[in-house]
Amino acid sequence: MKKIKVEKKLLSTNQQIADENRRLFKQKGIAVFNLLSSPGSGKTSLIEQTVSHLQGRLQAAVITGDLQTDRDAQRIARHQVFVKQITTGGACHLDASMVKKALPFFHIDELDLLLIENVGNLVCPAAYDLGEDAKLTIMSVPEGDDKPLKYPVMFRISKVLIINKVDLLPYTNFDMERAITFARQINPAIRVFETSCTTGAGLEDWFRWLEERVSRLSGVTEK
Amino acid sequence: MHEMSITTNLVELLNKYLQGRPGARVTTVNLKVGKLTAVEPDALTFCFQVLTEGTSIEGAQLQIELVPVRARCLQCQSCFEVEGFYFRCPRCSGKELETIAGDELDLVSLEIEEDEKDKG
Repeated sequence: MKKIKVEKKLLSTNQQIADENRRLFKQKGIAVFNLLSSPGSGKTSLIEQTVSHLQGRLQAAVITGDLQTDRDAQRIARHQVFVKQITTGGACHLDASMVKKALPFFHIDELDLLLIENVGNLVCPAAYDLGEDAKLTIMSVPEGDDKPLKYPVMFRISKVLIINKVDLLPYTNFDMERAITFARQINPAIRVFETSCTTGAGLEDWFRWLEERVSRLSGVTEK
Repeated sequence: MHEMSITTNLVELLNKYLQGRPGARVTTVNLKVGKLTAVEPDALTFCFQVLTEGTSIEGAQLQIELVPVRARCLQCQSCFEVEGFYFRCPRCSGKELETIAGDELDLVSLEIEEDEKDKG
């Protein structure tokens, strides 16, 4: 019997590609966000609202990941923004190589912002770095205020939490204070936005934060 | 189930170590899995059995060491185990913490049996 010492990360290949992506994004001055949530919490709606608001202000592009269909891409494309759909077949998450392969579809030199809509899933995408600046988790009011406790890893590794569908608060027993307390137990520094993509409530705050962040990350390069 | 693609990476890594060792058989694989990775050990074991069937890795024991989450408080510098994902310093209630363990997803080592002709 022979013992071989390895000490190697299982996802080292993904990490390598993610690091390459990150270097490229930095060099080109592109802010990149990885959007994570359960299915149906409003990722696509939030992206639609965001790119529509940014039109004429920032050059944005979207990568959207789904198991099947390009319905989300079609919805987003209506807002005159560059969209690349990744259909993963069965895979429950995007990985760094999928993102890398999608990049040639964009005029990358002109971009300020890239939003990556991950597959709707609060578990699997956590393990895969895509090369983003920050992960952003979206949860919605009907999902319940204890969501952070049930999926702590995703809330721990996200910089931003968007609590969407606040227009439904009167119809549920969702307690906003509890939800935020739970999220901050896991991640004290998490930035929280309360939004409704239906009524537009809270979106201004989110847009302002995003634009500031993008100008900080992309400001160094002239487009 | 992302455990399947993680295990695919593991098997690829193992095959690299088996290259140039004809007749070698993997008996044990030692992994470290942090509790911050959202990876299910049972699912890993299941995927490992499925993916190694009929290969020279088949039957190898997958030993998974689960690594608890540990953090360092940036205020008072104390290190402690984070229980129940409650990220707060038990000494000074500080909330600015640095994770120092729990995000491992590592192949630590493997044990192999080489084909010994003079055996028996």
